Amino acid sequence: MAELNIAQAINGALGSALESDPTVIVLGEDVGATGGVFRVTDGLGERFGPDRVVDTPVAESGIIGAAFGMAIGGLKPVAEIQFMGFSYPAFDQIANHVSRIRNRSRHRFTAPMVIRIPYGAGIGAAEHHSESAEAIYAHTPGLKVVVPASPYDAKGLLLEAIADPDPVIFLEPIRLYRSIRQLVPDDPYTVPFGVAEIRRPGNDVTLIAYGAMVKETLEASEKLAAEGIGAEVLDLRSLVPLDADTIIESVEHTGRAVVIQEAPRTAGFATEIVSQIQERTLYSLAAPIQRVTGWDTVVPLRRAEHHFVPDAARIVAAARKTMES
Amino acid sequence: MLVNKLRCRITSAVMSEPLQYLSVAGDPVREIPLSVEDLLLLYGNMAAGRAYDRKCTALQLQGRLATYAPFEGQEAAQIGSVFPLTADDWVVASYRDAAAMWATGYPWVNLILSRTGDERGGCPPDGVRVLPPSITVGGHMIHAVGLGWAEKIKGSKSVAMTFFGDGATSEGDFHEAMNFAGVYGTPTVFVCQNNEWAISMPRDRQTASDTIAQKAAAYGMPGIQVDGNDVVAVAIAAAEAVDRAREGQGPTLLELLTYRVGPHTTTDDPGRYRDEEASHQWRRRDPLSRLSAYLASIGEWDEKWAESVAADTGADVERAVAEAEALEPLTSEEIFTAMFAEPTSQLLEQQRMAVTDNG
Ligand SMILES: Cc1ncc(C[n+]2csc(CCOP(=O)(O)OP(=O)(O)O)c2C)c(N)n1
Repeated sequence: MAELNIAQAINGALGSALESDPTVIVLGEDVGATGGVFRVTDGLGERFGPDRVVDTPVAESGIIGAAFGMAIGGLKPVAEIQFMGFSYPAFDQIANHVSRIRNRSRHRFTAPMVIRIPYGAGIGAAEHHSESAEAIYAHTPGLKVVVPASPYDAKGLLLEAIADPDPVIFLEPIRLYRSIRQLVPDDPYTVPFGVAEIRRPGNDVTLIAYGAMVKETLEASEKLAAEGIGAEVLDLRSLVPLDADTIIESVEHTGRAVVIQEAPRTAGFATEIVSQIQERTLYSLAAPIQRVTGWDTVVPLRRAEHHFVPDAARIVAAARKTMES
Repeated sequence: MLVNKLRCRITSAVMSEPLQYLSVAGDPVREIPLSVEDLLLLYGNMAAGRAYDRKCTALQLQGRLATYAPFEGQEAAQIGSVFPLTADDWVVASYRDAAAMWATGYPWVNLILSRTGDERGGCPPDGVRVLPPSITVGGHMIHAVGLGWAEKIKGSKSVAMTFFGDGATSEGDFHEAMNFAGVYGTPTVFVCQNNEWAISMPRDRQTASDTIAQKAAAYGMPGIQVDGNDVVAVAIAAAEAVDRAREGQGPTLLELLTYRVGPHTTTDDPGRYRDEEASHQWRRRDPLSRLSAYLASIGEWDEKWAESVAADTGADVERAVAEAEALEPLTSEEIFTAMFAEPTSQLLEQQRMAVTDNG
């Protein structure tokens, strides 16, 4: 066991996968010599050499297309895209090829591969460096979408993703890379997809979050506790597959729900969760479900970014609103 | 018009040596077809670019600017390239091209505002035909094709020049832009600043072709390698390319050989991936000293003047910083006001929520 942050936990997962499975190959821009723009692959290039940890030309579509070919051909590529905004040039490969090959070949060809994408705002980065496009990927049939919010989950979910027989979009909350430390086992382990974690039990309102928003939501739950409101905090961990059962159970228990996402509001993943709740357990609700989201704007740059990213205060306000009825 | 003065016959697709007018020491290797006045203008603009660049690095270290991508060593490539452009021409550049943008009319205050992390940096004064710099690598080159194409369709003589790095030539977008420009004969000048690095990736891991210039052949346009630290060579090559475009002879690719002597950005540590000895070597090929050495050799160098240019730019940039910092950041209300010509009802509702803190 060692106390690690999320970046180190992911590094550990990649290291153990490269070590135990000779078909695993890490590829992306600057992942080798310099250890990636977030230093997540730090040291792996030296340890495993340039054939296993491959620095590619600047070409996201090329990275994903090549990884796709490798995956069909029997390797286990773990591709890195530097920032979510730069996954868009690769979107054709992801949506038209990676996600569909199993279906269009009726299982004859498959693409077991992982696409790691740092995502989200909150560090005052440049344009295109702060996107939260998880809904676009979750909306693309044939992709699993995973979002860790803690070092332990980051390692376990990534190893699960590498072991998965299908393509996995693995989203890494940029803001949390180095802001949370946790004891993480040295040995490999997996965290299953489709199992939400109850991060805090509570009786009054269910707060549903994933990725970077889990931290804000936990903060909000502290504040609510101080006001005597018991919030139950769910960390979804994977969006596809989605652990709807845990959501429904929790909402049936509390009768109130707030869904939190950093992404823009319209057609965001929160909307899917709200739909699941109303379809399955509308009558257990004591109040309308609230969403706390980013806005339908481009993520503002550094000076105004804070107006966009949901914070604990907004989550608290939404939770209070559900308590009014 | 410039080109009549400057004709240097670069349009033959293959040249064995990069085009050069001034040796590294500043000796003319061929007749210099620019007036002293032009040379002083070029020097002054390069000095201004350098003063801005160093200032930005310093301000970033103080935490007053967001991450900054310095261009030291690339001043000749940028200032020389835009030398033949007029105010009617378009410039479509990248995040490292502030000197080229400024020299074509994009104010310092806009450049600085963007660097503080403020969208209003992207709004230059009316009539400035310079797009906000592309932050994504490669996506913007085709825009200079579309802009040039539009000018061609409108029957104007304007051209579009686009700036990008060696790394950008790996993106599929580069191929598509070059291909469209070739097929439609658009008045587009492709300026590749080959500074040998794309973050940690050296140029020879980016492409297996000997030169970037040679890629032009595949798209049916001339491609030429130029000593990118020789501002005279760059200006002349650019002038010919711009002239071809203006005269309806289509696009050109310029590969300017230069070097990013500094880090990729202020958060980058080049020591992790390259031998800094090369940077020291390249500092000796500095574009400013090269031109000043030549000017001195013809008795036209005035050290005091050069210092005053740098000092004046320093002061201009200081003023721009003060102006940018004095501007109140966008409010929670204002972040909604530039999404559409008219905001949607959803945006208005969200704006209300944002202003009342999701109330
Ligand atoms: C589409 C896209 N992919 C990746 C990045 C991250 N990135 C920023 S600069 C850069 C290297 C570009 O190198 P080059 O084109 O040679 O230009 P230089 O930075 O050397 O001026 C990369 C990979 C980006 N901005 N956009």
